[in-house]
Amino acid sequence: MDRRDFLRRLCLLIASTGMTGGMSAAAWARIIHKDYDASRHYYGMGIDVDKCIGCGRCMQACKTENAVPAPPFYFRTWVERYVIKTDRSVTVSTISTEGVQPTDGIVEKDMVRSFFVPKLCNQCAHPPCVQVCPVGATFTSDDGVVLVDTKRCIGCRYCIQACPYGVRYLHPVTRVADKCNFCYHRLVRGLLPACVEVCPTQARLFGDLKSVASPLGRFVRMNKVHVLKPYLNTDPKVYYANLDGEVN
Amino acid sequence: MKFLQKLPEQALRILVVFVILATGMLLVRQFVIPADMKDMTLIQTATMEREADKEAKYAGAAVCVQCHEKQQEIKRGGYHRDLSCESCHDAAQKHADSPTEVKPVSPRKRDYCVYCHSYNASRPTGFPQINPDTHNPRKPCITCHNPHNPKPTQPPRSCAACHAQIERTKAASYHAQLACTVCHTTPEKHKTEPRTVTPTKPDKREFCGKCHSEGKGAKGVPTVDMATHGEKYVCWQCHYPHMLGGI
Repeated sequence: MDRRDFLRRLCLLIASTGMTGGMSAAAWARIIHKDYDASRHYYGMGIDVDKCIGCGRCMQACKTENAVPAPPFYFRTWVERYVIKTDRSVTVSTISTEGVQPTDGIVEKDMVRSFFVPKLCNQCAHPPCVQVCPVGATFTSDDGVVLVDTKRCIGCRYCIQACPYGVRYLHPVTRVADKCNFCYHRLVRGLLPACVEVCPTQARLFGDLKSVASPLGRFVRMNKVHVLKPYLNTDPKVYYANLDGEVN
Repeated sequence: MKFLQKLPEQALRILVVFVILATGMLLVRQFVIPADMKDMTLIQTATMEREADKEAKYAGAAVCVQCHEKQQEIKRGGYHRDLSCESCHDAAQKHADSPTEVKPVSPRKRDYCVYCHSYNASRPTGFPQINPDTHNPRKPCITCHNPHNPKPTQPPRSCAACHAQIERTKAASYHAQLACTVCHTTPEKHKTEPRTVTPTKPDKREFCGKCHSEGKGAKGVPTVDMATHGEKYVCWQCHYPHMLGGI
């Protein structure tokens, strides 16, 4: 390399770093996520029931991030309030996104235990919804996220029936099945799902099961974890710590 | 060929039509229909890309602190240290992209803080909760509490400020006359750092024995023979000292 060549390359290098350095975060994300290799990840979520305060911020953030319809029966994630009373009866109600708790007329004296349980798609390793889809519109990607192909889905509602956790709904506008996908567009950019991002008490944790150092790796090592409906052998990847036996 | 000649002519004609149709369909499938409509891997990759290309609306706290270092510094030491900026300021990717044109929201009214801090029996014990109807009604929370580093405005004067439930049950128990500090040694710092500096609990049987062992009790105080009663257990493992009737 002669001197002229060296100087030309130096100028090019400075110019190119200047250009890329001045790019917006969104432009960066576009470049980064094209290098995203799904086979190197396997995502899961950890939920510490003892930390959930039932503020509903996750439900609101999910609706904002994923443009979920506003009416309070369309949810990709939601929080249930469990009340176990002295007569051993169990009341379950979904809290509102406005943080206003349902007034169910339960007096504190009658409560034995009460807590909040956040719920979302369990991203099962053996998903019943994938099995039943007649057109192959729903599938598990390499990083362990169950996705819905909105162009292929015919809106037959078979998956909505098959899901044992009730996480799917029929989108009123697109008329296809919709559900939580761990905010897939955020994962590929290296961001946390919106619900995990806004959770004020870190009741929700997100991580990569293929990485020992991820927060989820620590969560499943340090807690006694449980999954929902383990007897169905769906092998969920949403792990609950301090889960009460009454939750199903 | 002989088999074909044996066929009646109308059947032969239908056969020819079928062969032409089948060939046509195979050709269409092979050459006209694009590959990404046939190959499941390609279809799934296309879906993954379509999902990945969606616009993120929450920027993430790591982006916020690149500019707002001062707020981060205030927040770092306080109770809200683990709270993401966008938990209160709402989705701010647009603000991160064009900081001068789009401004994020700042909840200044009373109704936002109570999402987390209004009293609810289902919330975990120890989480700071108030009754919005009686706690300085109609005053915005930020007049007294800095949302980036919220603190009680003054150290609580009595134990009941936080432990009201215990205070109420104790008031109706046989131990009503005893101050909390008789049994719990409480460092002054517990009032300002309740989680890091904690009060003590009686950890020896002999502590309760000061009043409740045989021969030591004042008139009317129930006593037991400490040598035979309760074996290895600390008294409060069976008798809850704050409870009504002191069972």
